[in-house]
Amino acid sequence: MALLEIEGLSVRFQTSSGLFTAVEDVDISVDRGEVWSIVGESGSGKSVSMLATMGLLPWTAQVTADRLEFDGQDLQRLSSRQRRRIVGGEMSMIFQEPMSSLNPCFTVGTQIDEMIKQHKGGSRKERHERALDLLAQVGIPDPARRIKAFPHQLSGGMSQRVMIAMAISCDPRLLIADEPTTALDVTIQAQILELLLKLQEEKGMALILITHDMGVVAETAKHVIVQYAGRQVEKQEVKSLFANPRHPYTEALLSALPERAGDQDRLPTIPGVVPGQHDRPTGCLFNPRCRYVTDHCREVEPVVAPDDPARTLCHYPLNDPAEALATPSHDVSGHPPSDGQRPPEANDVNRGNREVRP
Amino acid sequence: MNREPVLSATHLTRHYQIKGGAFSKPATVKALNEASFELFPGQTLAVVGESGCGKSTLARVLTMIEPPTSGELTIGGHQVSLKEGQRPPAALRREVQIIFQNPYGSLNPRKTVATMLEEPLKLNRKEMHATERRQKALEMIEKVGLRPEHADRYPHMFSGGQRQRIAIARALMLNPKILVLDEPVSALDLSIQAQVLNLLADLQEEFGLAYVFISHDLSVVRRIADDVIVMYFGQPVETGPAEAVFSTPRHPYTQALFSATPVADPTRSRQRVKLKGEPPSPLAPPPGCPFAPRCHLATAECTREDPPLESVSDAVKVACIHVDQAVAGVERAEAG
Repeated sequence: MALLEIEGLSVRFQTSSGLFTAVEDVDISVDRGEVWSIVGESGSGKSVSMLATMGLLPWTAQVTADRLEFDGQDLQRLSSRQRRRIVGGEMSMIFQEPMSSLNPCFTVGTQIDEMIKQHKGGSRKERHERALDLLAQVGIPDPARRIKAFPHQLSGGMSQRVMIAMAISCDPRLLIADEPTTALDVTIQAQILELLLKLQEEKGMALILITHDMGVVAETAKHVIVQYAGRQVEKQEVKSLFANPRHPYTEALLSALPERAGDQDRLPTIPGVVPGQHDRPTGCLFNPRCRYVTDHCREVEPVVAPDDPARTLCHYPLNDPAEALATPSHDVSGHPPSDGQRPPEANDVNRGNREVRP
Repeated sequence: MNREPVLSATHLTRHYQIKGGAFSKPATVKALNEASFELFPGQTLAVVGESGCGKSTLARVLTMIEPPTSGELTIGGHQVSLKEGQRPPAALRREVQIIFQNPYGSLNPRKTVATMLEEPLKLNRKEMHATERRQKALEMIEKVGLRPEHADRYPHMFSGGQRQRIAIARALMLNPKILVLDEPVSALDLSIQAQVLNLLADLQEEFGLAYVFISHDLSVVRRIADDVIVMYFGQPVETGPAEAVFSTPRHPYTQALFSATPVADPTRSRQRVKLKGEPPSPLAPPPGCPFAPRCHLATAECTREDPPLESVSDAVKVACIHVDQAVAGVERAEAG
């Protein structure tokens, strides 16, 4: 059984103009010691789905799920007191803005101590030693001096290290990192990512990394979930996602990366914008921006094919693994080729040539 | 090259005085030190570096928002000589326009798009009739890929990418020759970023604009830059044609910066020039080369003197006394 098991997670917010669905039907299953990544643009619901898992959303949020289990315990049924014991202790989270996540009025020592006191207990001296040890583990030079520092005395990278020290203070089995390096410079980003992976390996933690940066995904995670407008559109291993994206959105996103565009004059773009609360299209949410769109896409919401390992939310997934094996008889994986279902115009497009009309 | 540069800077320097408080002595922050470069029409000069390296100070000096402490700035053949608190001549100000990182903050929420676009004309082309101004604003709205009906809307009704288009349109209203772009796409989502970059390329071609493109995103810079300046701690450490700098980074900092940038290719094996520690405090600059405390090649010699930019090949200049060693290190890593 997996460590974190989420099925059919949806989050709705009551707003002045009606119910807004921020996240719909998200499935995640994370095993011990795995590194996952959730990638998507702003408004894709990647943070909201993890905040819902942590139980950190405000009361206006309506969280529903078919299954929301951590280590076999049903998080939806636990009392808030019981849940509080798991959150922060066994399942812990770090956020994008280290500067604003730390309390400016207390020293970092006090803030780390609070975590340990809450979840692990121990004498004052033991806790102090544990805090010093944690600061050393996250690579803060001179911990004995830094433990007395206030957050404003630390740089962004140092603050994020303190946040990580707090998050790992209770030996969590799952660490969720929400854009942990977005506010940092690249050389500092490289240090922080390396630290997270080192700690993940040493402690055998599972790590879920929320990011919008495809480069970070490629260099850190093993599995990746792509979200678009609150829906999970694809779930794959990182290597095969970059080699054979199954969802048209993933493909478009990858080809919009400047480093993958090659020598073309213009960058391939995705026309339009992510739909908001009031301009949700009917049928597939990506259809107004999709280059392979058909009338079927505009009318009918796609469902994930039951035999699709990548769980692609699309009527006409690309790069069918059966085709990729390049066997003339399509029976290798036991299911029929999707060619028959794919519209003729999508077949005519030469996928090697990624130029997209604006 | 026998073309005339639209902008040239020689030893451009900007220092800030920090007043002493009850517990601190007055100090000087050297935000920008000895930057020299030339900018040609239709070309893009990228300025790369981490926060606090003086990129934005350079933008402020180039747009004449602030005068340089020393050094010379020549725009369109006219030398800009500014004293503290003096306003630059209007004719020069029209030539250089700036676009900021955050399109949410740089547009006035209480003005419609058309009003914002007409304002520069109102101030600088007083003879122009109101209907002509409106006409020009509408033309520009279409040029940047918005629709005429957007003219009478307010900034909050637009998405981030559209707002950046409005900011670009506003900057182009006076037909400038130079556009300073201060992180123009870093606040935008990936799919929108590509749209704005394409728009910038189109406009550059159409109007023959020269861009000073300030960014920390190396994959974007590599794509659009003709020349690159890599800055660290207020001073250029490596300059040259983008092709040359990206194919063989020579300064140890450039190498570290390039190798720290995540690449969207999971099959690539990572070979990092590791960088320890963080940039030094501008109030307590290290002796000698400012990069020495973080550099893996640093020797005692490095802390004695700040190395000047020196030509190493063709058009590439590097400020490092161990250049040969740094280049050899990369070649070894590639060979092995």
